Amino acid sequence: MENHVLLFDLAQIAALLVILTLLVKPLGSYMARVYQGERTWLSPALAPLENLLYKVAAIDRDQEMDWKQYAVAMLIFNGLGVLVVFAVLLLQGWLPLNPEKFPGFSWDLGLNTAVSFVTNTNWQSYSGEAAASYFSQVLALMVQQFLSAASGMAILMALIRGFARHTAETLGNFWVDLTRGTLYILLPLSLIAAIFLVSQGVIQNFSPYVKTTLIQSVQDAKGNAVTEQTLPMGPVAAQEAIKEVGTNGGGFFNANSAHPFENPTPLSNFVEILLILLIPAGLTYTFGRLVGSSRQGWAIYVAMLFLFIGALATLYLAESHGNPLVQKLGVPGISMEGKEVRFGLGGSVLFSSATTGTSCGAVNNMHDSLTPIGGLVPLMLILLGEIVFGGVGSGLYTMLAFVVIAVFVAGLMIGRTPEYLGKKLEVMEMWMSVVIVLSAGIVVLVFVSVALLVPEAVKAMANPGAHGLSEVLYAFASTANNNGSAFAGLNANTGFYNLMCAAAMVLGRFAPKVAVLAMAGSLVRKKYVPPSLGTLPTDQAPFIIWLVIVIVIVGALTFFPVLAMGPIVEHLIMRGGL
Amino acid sequence: MKAIRTAMLLFICLTVTAGVIYPGVVTLIGQLAFPRQAMGNLVQKADGSPAGSLLIGQPFSDPKYFWSRPSATSDFPYNPLASGGSNLGPTNPDLLKQVADRVAALKASGLPGPAPADLVMASGSGLDPHIRLETALLQVYRVAGGRGLQEDRLRRLVQEQAEGRQLGFLGVDRVNVVKLNLALDNLK
Amino acid sequence: MATSTKASKGIFDPRLLKGALKESFKKLDPRILWSNPVMLCVEAGSVITSVNFAYALISGKGDPAWFTGIVTFWLWLTVLFATFAEAIAEGRGRARAEDLRKTRTEIQAKKLKKPELDSPYDLVSGQLLRKGDVILVEANDMMPGDGEVIVGAALVDESAVTGESAPVVRESGGDRSAVTGGTRVIANSIVVRITANPGETFLDRMIALVEGAKRRKTPNEIALEVLLIALTLVFLLVVLNLSPVSIYSARAAGQGQPVTLTVIIALFVCLAPTTIAALLSAIGIAGMDRLFQRNVIAMSGRAIEAAGDVNVLLLDKTGTITLGNRQAAAFIPVAGHTEAEVAEAALMASLTDETPEGRSIVVLAKKEYQLRMKELPPHAESIPFSAETRVSGVNIESRSYRKGAADAMVQIVAGQGGVIPPDLEGLVTEIAKSGGTPLVVSSNADILGVINLKDILKGGIKERFLQLRSMGIRTVMITGDNPLTAAAIAAEAQVDDFLAQAKPEDKLRLIREHQEQGYMVAMTGDGTNDAPALAQADVAVAMNTGTQAAREAANIIDLDSNPTKLLDIVEIGKQILMTRGNLTTFSIANDIAKYFAIVPAALISIYPQLGILNLMHLASPHSAIMSAVIFNALIIPLLIPLALKGTKYRPMPAEKLLIYNLLIYGVGGLIAPFVGIKLIDLLVNLI
Repeated sequence: MENHVLLFDLAQIAALLVILTLLVKPLGSYMARVYQGERTWLSPALAPLENLLYKVAAIDRDQEMDWKQYAVAMLIFNGLGVLVVFAVLLLQGWLPLNPEKFPGFSWDLGLNTAVSFVTNTNWQSYSGEAAASYFSQVLALMVQQFLSAASGMAILMALIRGFARHTAETLGNFWVDLTRGTLYILLPLSLIAAIFLVSQGVIQNFSPYVKTTLIQSVQDAKGNAVTEQTLPMGPVAAQEAIKEVGTNGGGFFNANSAHPFENPTPLSNFVEILLILLIPAGLTYTFGRLVGSSRQGWAIYVAMLFLFIGALATLYLAESHGNPLVQKLGVPGISMEGKEVRFGLGGSVLFSSATTGTSCGAVNNMHDSLTPIGGLVPLMLILLGEIVFGGVGSGLYTMLAFVVIAVFVAGLMIGRTPEYLGKKLEVMEMWMSVVIVLSAGIVVLVFVSVALLVPEAVKAMANPGAHGLSEVLYAFASTANNNGSAFAGLNANTGFYNLMCAAAMVLGRFAPKVAVLAMAGSLVRKKYVPPSLGTLPTDQAPFIIWLVIVIVIVGALTFFPVLAMGPIVEHLIMRGGL
Repeated sequence: MKAIRTAMLLFICLTVTAGVIYPGVVTLIGQLAFPRQAMGNLVQKADGSPAGSLLIGQPFSDPKYFWSRPSATSDFPYNPLASGGSNLGPTNPDLLKQVADRVAALKASGLPGPAPADLVMASGSGLDPHIRLETALLQVYRVAGGRGLQEDRLRRLVQEQAEGRQLGFLGVDRVNVVKLNLALDNLK
Repeated sequence: MATSTKASKGIFDPRLLKGALKESFKKLDPRILWSNPVMLCVEAGSVITSVNFAYALISGKGDPAWFTGIVTFWLWLTVLFATFAEAIAEGRGRARAEDLRKTRTEIQAKKLKKPELDSPYDLVSGQLLRKGDVILVEANDMMPGDGEVIVGAALVDESAVTGESAPVVRESGGDRSAVTGGTRVIANSIVVRITANPGETFLDRMIALVEGAKRRKTPNEIALEVLLIALTLVFLLVVLNLSPVSIYSARAAGQGQPVTLTVIIALFVCLAPTTIAALLSAIGIAGMDRLFQRNVIAMSGRAIEAAGDVNVLLLDKTGTITLGNRQAAAFIPVAGHTEAEVAEAALMASLTDETPEGRSIVVLAKKEYQLRMKELPPHAESIPFSAETRVSGVNIESRSYRKGAADAMVQIVAGQGGVIPPDLEGLVTEIAKSGGTPLVVSSNADILGVINLKDILKGGIKERFLQLRSMGIRTVMITGDNPLTAAAIAAEAQVDDFLAQAKPEDKLRLIREHQEQGYMVAMTGDGTNDAPALAQADVAVAMNTGTQAAREAANIIDLDSNPTKLLDIVEIGKQILMTRGNLTTFSIANDIAKYFAIVPAALISIYPQLGILNLMHLASPHSAIMSAVIFNALIIPLLIPLALKGTKYRPMPAEKLLIYNLLIYGVGGLIAPFVGIKLIDLLVNLI
């Protein structure tokens, strides 16, 4: 590959990381103010609306909840979300805003999709342009893209308050956190982003699909002449914005962010990547701010950045070497299968890393067609638990569970009952961290085992051999960790996968969420232990490195055998020349 | 239970806010500020008949046209109702067979040198309107032959139609095949 | 007992080994192993491979019988090594408990009808005494139980409990009223009220603690166990997942065998954190035992671990920081007098003073000024120190020699019409500021000069405090001295803070204040008036010479009654946690090498390409798996000495310590199995 391409790609990566890092503090402190219930510069515009919502819903904003009340509120709200989305999808044939007259979803697909959007996963077994009405896309799916993101952030706030408060009982008010997160953070960011995306060519309308004539007619698979193209339409930009901002990832169209109507230019691509990382990165600062030491937030940011750059470099390297099997056929350079020309290699691998390191799951290239190691990286980023910036809220709370485990072992190694941010880490914290960190991995291992023993599930693989195994592994990794991207060759719209993936999404989302709240409930009751020389400093290089090691080792040890039989052996086969 | 009532009321409120007001505002601003973009960058032929969208690629097989990338959409290539890639894995024999066939077809068309990757491997969306600038230039001789045009003139056209890096560093040098072929048809 | 067993026995004392071996087989009982879930899983695995082995012998199907047999054998050894580690740790305690128990032979008690020395009594068995009973203990009687002296005083030999051979006085009232079962009265008779039921006495509790019979897991240990159980569960799922994965892959690749049950279990046992799980309880037991070797008894493992977390140490000045009492350091004359004059007057004034300070004045005067005053003149009148006058001295004929606190002396001299030298006040303040105690000396109505009484720091104490500071522990000195003196001593000893003119209730308040700020506070105490503060402190060390109340309130008893022991206790507390943490890291780091040994071996028949992962170039799949299993088993006994001794604690800042331990146990844990497995593989293939 030409050297100047590498330079431009490096420039793009550097620009992204610099801009992201510069935005961490302003956005992070803004979000801290939002969740502290303080006035912000948007208050003049939004406070009346906020107050109106509280009035209509009869919410007393000063009434604080303990962890159980908080958890119950969260579960009821999300349960309600599943019911509503499920109903809308099944009944969309009778609902308005359906110019293409799409019929209702089958019940298993409807359930899968409802769970998928409520859990912030956005795993899509349906093809948007061919199955979902505008009503479903906007009022069911997009609304959940806001609400699932806001509820992930709310849970994180409860955990942060668990660290920040001491000898207390309550963790805040779920309804208020949910409302403020939606109104003050997600909506303004999405609005700005959406309008910018329209400027780049992302469509935004409620028109029926447009029929146009092809410049040159072609033949279809059956040999019939095709002279027309039907262009799908819809309010794409609005959804595109929250899809990235809320790390949802559910595209309006089947091809997701590879689709020119979702991601038309290199700049829209760059901005979408930035949007994916923005809130998760900013929340590290919010966290540091709220626990009283922004250094603690930066430490976590650095650990995430470190993992991100490591993953990105591996992915870039793997992809830049291309596919030797294809090269042998006389096609030099990188593999373009599944990639878009306009994004280039840099824009493609950057998107893949960002979307899988967070729980976004939007894609601008087809991960199924990446080289084996190129596919291993997104898979591994997902399997690590979506913590490399992570999903909005969920990324940081999972990361904090890793921190708890890392602090625990490191604390023992320096001869102290481990403490983090002045809170002693004891049996309860250990149980809950283990649930938060390992539940998704356990779901993946069990569900993959089951799938491999079900002939119907094996038949759904699009690719043979080791790559087929990777597809199934990726499917459950993605759903259990609420990512939503796929090795999309797998035909996942079957009863088996719809239901198994729905189960994986529910377990992977709510088991950790409840565990986070339980841990917050335990932490908030503890008294504050001031740091001394004997306290492990968690904002310094040695601990950050240790944290990264713990994350990588837990991930590697859990998945090494199955990865060896999937991407690793495929890589060896590819290099060995079949 | 009070929490259920609260949840329902808040759910309705937020659905209205995020599901009605928000997309409404985006549509309004989008349609007013960027009407062409919001409607999909539709283009017309010289005679005014609709010719698709500048963003959505189209299939070309005639030697008179610049060829676009292979598309793996179902039913027919560049079917916008079935966007998506082939999802063939790197070691899948089907992929290797497809690539080998396309390489052979390009060779048969007289394409000099090694086959460019974007002409033998399908895009992720199946609707990619672009090919790399070099890939377009490689096809100049064939289109020139097909249309009886001078290669230099065509090469100039391609260069005129080329899109550079956005902001000077984003993306790659590329050509929009739909736009290029429309311009080609408008030539003379 | 302590004297007899104090001499540390080698870890592999043959007598202990034999007992431990027997015990380790008993502990294979799943009902006992239940308390160690990780090893229970390993045992379950061993049972399954045993069945598999039998099946292979009979049917000849599956893995070769020799392979399954060897794996099974080593899996059982793994479990056995774990139970052995615990047994040997307990065994050492049990040996000590045996010695203790000998002192608890049947003792006849003289149960009094009335709490008086001459009341009639019944002879009853010591085992029948209940709390509140009143007994008579006479010379040469053994104390039948724990109690409190309510009448009389006696000389008691407590060597059975403390190892201290010098007898101590136990008397009613005050801070020396507690008596311990198993000690012997040497002289006099006392009336004792029993304060503990049989089985609950101090001695009983000590025996139980030492034996580990009543050992309860500490919260920290449980938290670690949670992590280990979770990892074990994950690894169980990892290896179970390997079965469908290999079935699918073998079918897809059209070659090779799915992994067998034996290989799955072997991989599971290798991955599960068996090393730390096997040694976990031994680490805790051994930690208590190490404390015991230093004559310290912790009432619970929790107390020792809390000691590792202490951020604030409250230390009594006297006896801990300084050597007992103040000593005269210099005689300083006021204007118009000489040093010799002061020395002589001071000597005279102190002739009848039997306090340590008084004696130190005599010693200094004699040594520095060669003054001789062999006999006190017969008509000399001794004026003892009293709280009202705050002076003492001697009247010899018409001369009166006095020494005392400056303000009191000034008052007296002024009262006698004497002149107060103008430089006196400056001199006194200067001495006080430097940490000394100024005693003004007068002869009749003349003030001659000042004696400087100084505290003498214990040797090496400054270095200890420096270490503590680098460990992040603040030291606070508690003293009855005035703030000026206290500040000077604090500066000299380099403690971080001090509490001057402290009363017992001040200690309690200080502890509470620190605790409210979240600190963990440790203190030592012996008096009854220390009891509330001891009860409040997180780590409370009571001197064995202390009162029953103090001992009840404390959670650690120091049999040697040496206040600096607190530092040892902190160290051992830290060692226990560190040993756990280090072995956990080691155990998990080991897994990486084991993966590289077993995964290619198990799956190479399906994908020969995986041979590249065989980094160690192990000879064959079977030998690779066996080598990993054997390494996994052998590492346990190899680490038993480390578990029993504890990893070395070096006082240094947390961050450095972390890096240091990570390099040794993390990186070491990464490399060691690569070397070990390779060596075993070479050996296995030689045979």
